[in-house]
Amino acid sequence: MSRLRALYGASPGHLVALAVGGLVSAYAVTRVPDLSTLVSIALWFGFMLIAHDLLLYPVYAAADGVAARVQHRARPRVPWTNYVRVPTVLSGLLLLAWFPLVLRLSSGYGRASGRSDDGYLGRWLAVTAVLFAVSGLLYLVRVVTTRRRSGAPGPATDPGS
Amino acid sequence: MVRGPGQRLTDLALGRGEPPPGPFRPAFWRSPLRGPWLTAVLGSVLLVGIPILFVTGLLSYAAYNPDLGGGNDRTPGKGLFGFYLFTWPTDPVWLYRAVIGTHVLLGLTVLPVVLAKLWSVIPKLFAWPPVESPAKALERLSLVLLVGGAVFELMTGLMNIQLFYPWSFSFYTAHLYGAWVFIGAFVTHVALKLPTMVRALRARSLARELRTGLAETRPEEPDEFGLVAVSPAAPTMSRRGLLGLVGGGSLLLVGLAGGQTLGDRLRGTALLAPRGGSYDGDFPVNKTAASRGVTAADVGDGWRLDVVAGDRSMSLTRAELLALPQTTARLPISCVEGWSTTQTWTGVRLADLLDLVGAGPVDIVVDSLQKGGAFATVRLAGNQVADPRSLLALEVNGEALSMDHGYPARVIVPAAPGVHCTKWVREMKVLGRQA
Repeated sequence: MSRLRALYGASPGHLVALAVGGLVSAYAVTRVPDLSTLVSIALWFGFMLIAHDLLLYPVYAAADGVAARVQHRARPRVPWTNYVRVPTVLSGLLLLAWFPLVLRLSSGYGRASGRSDDGYLGRWLAVTAVLFAVSGLLYLVRVVTTRRRSGAPGPATDPGS
Repeated sequence: MVRGPGQRLTDLALGRGEPPPGPFRPAFWRSPLRGPWLTAVLGSVLLVGIPILFVTGLLSYAAYNPDLGGGNDRTPGKGLFGFYLFTWPTDPVWLYRAVIGTHVLLGLTVLPVVLAKLWSVIPKLFAWPPVESPAKALERLSLVLLVGGAVFELMTGLMNIQLFYPWSFSFYTAHLYGAWVFIGAFVTHVALKLPTMVRALRARSLARELRTGLAETRPEEPDEFGLVAVSPAAPTMSRRGLLGLVGGGSLLLVGLAGGQTLGDRLRGTALLAPRGGSYDGDFPVNKTAASRGVTAADVGDGWRLDVVAGDRSMSLTRAELLALPQTTARLPISCVEGWSTTQTWTGVRLADLLDLVGAGPVDIVVDSLQKGGAFATVRLAGNQVADPRSLLALEVNGEALSMDHGYPARVIVPAAPGVHCTKWVREMKVLGRQA
């Protein structure tokens, strides 16, 4: 047992868990009807993984970093990053879910459904505008209440984030 | 021994020595919110959500009655994965609506949770050395299937309901087998991580965390997994803020799509769903007559419905069908794409039609006039034919069907997937030797 642990690097239970799950996954792979379909699905699996880990994540993390740096330099009395972050994330999630309709990528949608996909871009933009408007309003309220609490407007201080 | 540049390259390739700069070094990761507790909270949501998604997906497959063969089974090579299949019931009438509605709306719900979960563990993608032992190597391979599978299943599902197919494979094949590949990796992951998750959840109180604002937000205790930042930045968002954002994202996604599933009165609220918005008194269409090549000439005076049982057959005009006893049933029709609508259908019972050619309520094949499409021919099970609410509908809401809703006649079967409620019906034939 200890030799297995030394060679393998974990407990036998670890190996069993991987073997059981791996068997299910491997059997699923053998069920795909032909090789070209399998290759195509595997490529899309890999693409989805890369699209998230090496594309979507770095882009949103970098954008977040830029926002943080801009705010750090501007030193606003009330930090605003979250008032940009939240509507951006929400709007981005909607786009991620519905980009085929919003960007009119689905060539078959119009013919199949008998409706145009013209409206989706406008509706997504409208929802985005509402999200930013609400966020902006909340920020304004925050600024006003902060100013009232701290008395007369003075020099900007570190938001103490 | 003198270490030359060659030795350093070998070290790097084997993952020995200093990690390369950037994300491979622990100090790169600075978020003060990452930590086992946060990952465990997100993981526990997925631990509930993903099994429900998986089971509703499997049930949706069963709803097609794939055991009847023919076009009903989009994945005939399923092998052992068909172990649980059963004849799909017709009661309750909202069964398929609930199954597929849950599947699609829950998929939207977990999308932000999956993204947040991946954000919470992303430092581990760059763990150094990349492979410490055979155990770690296998585990990382399994994680490739877990993460690739999660994103693949969510995105193929979402793209399918928007009829966006940038790939060449069948959605049914890819989404079903992809789900099984994923669930294998998911079972492994849960087995390996459940104890860690439980321990991490116990380390902090959710209730207290939900009362903790930004000013009091501190990093979690240093951990053995490399999730907690070694040199954390000052927090710009509290943990409750992050969880709120994730939950808010789920609510927004469901809120702007749920109306296409939940009912015709709420359809207008589904601003971003494929079959949401306003329909001016009509209800959604899955495939229009034009998209399926059905023309006015096909359904004119020359149209006949053929009912065939072995060597007995009958041909009926629409007027003759209207002269038969009519039944009215208020039934939902629910698409595999997640939208549904409830309407009042009037027509002839399927069982009555079979009775005309001396057949009982047995398995049948329904053939459509439509040209092409995966469901031009559909098989219905005996229990579906026998249900007194299963109709060959001629009217909907008291008026003749429109072309897009299947004129001159369409099938409506309680609790069956929408694609099995064949439109523009041409022929009903008893399946096999049962006549």
